[in-house]
Amino acid sequence: MLTRRTSGTIKINGWQAPADEHKIKAILGIVPQHFNLDPDLSVWENLDLHGRLQHMLPNVRHERTAELLEYVELSERGADRVQNLSGGMKRRLMIARALLHRPQILFLDEPTVGLDPQVRRRLWDLIRRLNSENITVLLTTHYIEEAENLCGRVAILDKGKLIALDSPAELCQRVGSYVTEWAADDGRETRFFPSREQAAEFAGELTMTTTIRRSNLEDVFVELTGRKGIG
Amino acid sequence: MLYDIGTVFWRDWIVLRRRLGTFIFSRMIAPVLYLVAFGWGVGRSVQVSQGSYLDFIVPGILALNSMNISFNSVGGPLHTGRMYHKTLEEYLVAPISPLAFVLGKVLSGTMRGLISSVIIIILAYLFGANFHLNGLLALVLTLNCLIFAALGFVVAMLIDSHEDMGNFSTYVLLPMSFLCATFFSTDKLPSLVRWLLELLPLTHASDALRATSAGGEPTGLSWFVLTIYVAALLGISVWAMEKVRE
Repeated sequence: MLTRRTSGTIKINGWQAPADEHKIKAILGIVPQHFNLDPDLSVWENLDLHGRLQHMLPNVRHERTAELLEYVELSERGADRVQNLSGGMKRRLMIARALLHRPQILFLDEPTVGLDPQVRRRLWDLIRRLNSENITVLLTTHYIEEAENLCGRVAILDKGKLIALDSPAELCQRVGSYVTEWAADDGRETRFFPSREQAAEFAGELTMTTTIRRSNLEDVFVELTGRKGIG
Repeated sequence: MLYDIGTVFWRDWIVLRRRLGTFIFSRMIAPVLYLVAFGWGVGRSVQVSQGSYLDFIVPGILALNSMNISFNSVGGPLHTGRMYHKTLEEYLVAPISPLAFVLGKVLSGTMRGLISSVIIIILAYLFGANFHLNGLLALVLTLNCLIFAALGFVVAMLIDSHEDMGNFSTYVLLPMSFLCATFFSTDKLPSLVRWLLELLPLTHASDALRATSAGGEPTGLSWFVLTIYVAALLGISVWAMEKVRE
């Protein structure tokens, strides 16, 4: 892989890294956060190189390349040099590249950083479609709403430690499904409740304007990482 | 393994093929300058033991040029690929062995070195130089290209800053290209200096090329030194490829 492990083991499909590294690499698709397409090659050649590196037969490779370019809506750009593509196009091409060898697991590192909202939504649709086609998608993100929208299970990391791992709904339930929010002297205050009634009851005791709403993943994140107000 | 070497080589080949005309043309500039300045200019007033000075320096120009081209065509792109374009990652996450990547890159650098050598040989004939072309000459040239393509690989993997890549050329390749029996025979140098130069691969490449182009055979020592350098630098390349993951 890209970097050597410092400790621990990785097990996928019963295979363990680094001993079974080549087997694991063949079922992984990886889309890093930064662009790492080959600027000296065309769109098509970038995919072809990947297919060759993954030992795909020429006819399978060509068919799959055409199919994926269609899938990420880049069919017309096959002969273009990569440096002439926009950010969103590059990202889509990188996803197509990662999918070329039909991986079982797709890693997306911050897939929508720096993209405008429309492009981001299109990528979300693409990721949902992949997941419905039985590909395990593992993505990292700083956009909590992205995790809430896309993920079946969410892991929260705090200073490198795993502090929660569950579905977004379960995580919300854990801190309390309802939130009472009010303005205090030093910013907004929130408090979690298991039911709307309890939240309303508490709100009734307050003298200032309050909002009662369902809790979301962002609330959970802030509550669990406990870094309220830290920039 | 062979297939993976082919893949790495294929990528470099299609990039080269696209610019083959420009590549060939730009490779002609330096040799033409050497041939004019040293062959025609200086050569008229220089006497060497065997034939004309032009005949003497053609093997030297071949040696230093194949060194520069092989080194730069692997070192430069691989360094930018690793540090700036991040294209090395695509190979690191692929199920191929480090050795396959090293050999693919080194062979593509060797190919470029050999193409530019062919250009020099044609130019040298046009300038009226006399020398023998044979299999041994091709073999020595190939070894020299392998050595410096592998050196380019190692340097690109271990040096992080772009500036230091340039410094490496200035401190290592440039002195070698002038001192290693390329433009003059090392016979008349002080023995300590000569002994030091004997340790460098380019000295043996120049001597071996000069011997074969005069119709003779390289010394056993030259074969030995060149082969050792190829083996050692390929080994260090594989090690560097592993180290780059840290």
